[in-house]
Amino acid sequence: MYFLKRLFFLLPLLLLISFLAFVLVRVAPGGPFDKERKPASPEIERNLKAKYHLDESFGKQYERFLAGLIRGDFGPSLKYRSHSVTDIMTQGLPISMTLGLLAFGFAMGTGIPLGLITAVRRGGWIDLGGSFLAILAVCVPGFVVGPLLIMLFAIHWRLFPVGLWGTPAHAVLPVIALGLFFAGKVARLMREGMLGVMNAEFVTAARARGLSEGAVIIKHAFRLAVLPVVSYAGPMLADLLTGSFVVENIFQIPGLGVFLVNSSLNRDYPMVVGLVLLYAVLLLGLNLVVDMAYRWLDPRVKYD
Amino acid sequence: MINAPPALTPRQRAWRRFKRNRAAVISGLFLALVVLVVLVGPAICPYSPNALSEAQFQPPNLRHWFGTDVHGRDLLVRVLMGARLSLLVGATGAGVSLVIGVIWGAVAGYLGGRWDSAMMRAVDVLYSLPSVVFVIVLITTLEQLFKNWLSRLVSIESDSTVRLLFLFVGLGAVSWLTMARIVRGQVLSLRTRGFVEASRALGANEVRILWRHILPNMYGIIIVYLVLTVPAVILSESFLSYLGLGIQPPQASLGSLIADGAGQINPIRIYWWLIVMPGGILVAMLLALNFLGDGLRDALDPLAES
Repeated sequence: MYFLKRLFFLLPLLLLISFLAFVLVRVAPGGPFDKERKPASPEIERNLKAKYHLDESFGKQYERFLAGLIRGDFGPSLKYRSHSVTDIMTQGLPISMTLGLLAFGFAMGTGIPLGLITAVRRGGWIDLGGSFLAILAVCVPGFVVGPLLIMLFAIHWRLFPVGLWGTPAHAVLPVIALGLFFAGKVARLMREGMLGVMNAEFVTAARARGLSEGAVIIKHAFRLAVLPVVSYAGPMLADLLTGSFVVENIFQIPGLGVFLVNSSLNRDYPMVVGLVLLYAVLLLGLNLVVDMAYRWLDPRVKYD
Repeated sequence: MINAPPALTPRQRAWRRFKRNRAAVISGLFLALVVLVVLVGPAICPYSPNALSEAQFQPPNLRHWFGTDVHGRDLLVRVLMGARLSLLVGATGAGVSLVIGVIWGAVAGYLGGRWDSAMMRAVDVLYSLPSVVFVIVLITTLEQLFKNWLSRLVSIESDSTVRLLFLFVGLGAVSWLTMARIVRGQVLSLRTRGFVEASRALGANEVRILWRHILPNMYGIIIVYLVLTVPAVILSESFLSYLGLGIQPPQASLGSLIADGAGQINPIRIYWWLIVMPGGILVAMLLALNFLGDGLRDALDPLAES
């Protein structure tokens, strides 16, 4: 019931976001045809505007946008004239999503074990070293890691190719550059969660029942200790999917990231609105999924 | 009992706890050193940050400690100027977020009821927006408007000053959400406490209660989140500068220096210092700020045992 209500509120929220983006790009000074060959005659500009219905009243344009939206059509791109916004999205999104999901897997796959080990060996040198690695990862931005990885692994040692997208080998460096920050964050959350749970009564009870330390950790403590990681997973996946511009830029990956920056600089109205809406759908949808997963993991959690 | 040590004030207890955290103390000293070097260094350094020379792409040596870049400019002085700008943006952005966040959170928490839920719902909505996307769209669209509006108020010297001011406001305006949530939670729990009731019974008005009784009890937690916001803002700024949307040339921030270095990557020669030097300073600053923030949190947390 609660989730139905959430779903019900999602629609007006998305409409509001798309409306704000719609207004914002049009309020901004400059227009999509400013960078045409100069001097463009006023007729040419008038004709271009008429072709893309930019000469219509604001209300009329918004009406047209909404009508297109219902058909799943975001309109034509004003910069890449032969493509529609939907075309560009269907080309770029799978690439950005693959990159994001791989980085998600990397962050979880390295962060959770690191957090577990540092928590179990609390105070020892493994903890010290591991925790420092985790905080270091959080402090090294992708645009520092990326170029360093390229210089070392692609140019100096020639271990991995860069500059293309397609084979698994091409994905290794970008995935690390994108996922490292999140791996550190996951490790820190996991460690904190574990430390909080290790002294809980139900863990002591499990120990008292004679379970091995491994079983106590994996079967009992882990399930509760992982909750902070789960609640971070939603925003994290969203950040990975929407925040890959820099890594895509460094590694020349033809994802969506390039388009957001360029289209909002070029006042490519339909592109900006379409991308903002796409990112908002991803983010809000993911948050919903995470809340559902949370309830499944911890039945004590109640939503009103 | 007679020889019992005098009771410590909360501030003394916090200071003791802080001093025991070696990582935080070292980080604090390191940051003080960085601020000093960044302020004084460029004046002592024999090179000017924008002076071109024939000595291009020199690796770090005795004359140029951090090497030189594509135009033969000394990288050390450029990194110092960049770090100065990044720290300035970080501190100012965090300051802006402090003002917005504390006012928003305190008002929501103190008014309570319908006002509280409306204001916090707004924070939830903003939280759910992709903040990076938001900042990029805001900066690219609103900067011109901001510039026009600003030029009517004051005469401005250059475009880069406008961009800097815009970054202060813009980055602060998107990083206040966590602060607002924390302050609101604190106010909610503080306003029902006895000393607030007592003050109200004595006839103090609402503004005085908020300012004199509730706010001083939140200094600790506010300082902690202020310190933790600084690295976040610095990171956003260098991210934007890396994309070319932040600090504009000839000014340089750490982000744009790293971007310049990444632009020089080629398969034949490796100019590692162009990335390692600005990147290393950036990482060291972020690390120190995080350690300091964590140390302050542990020290100022009233629940922690002494």
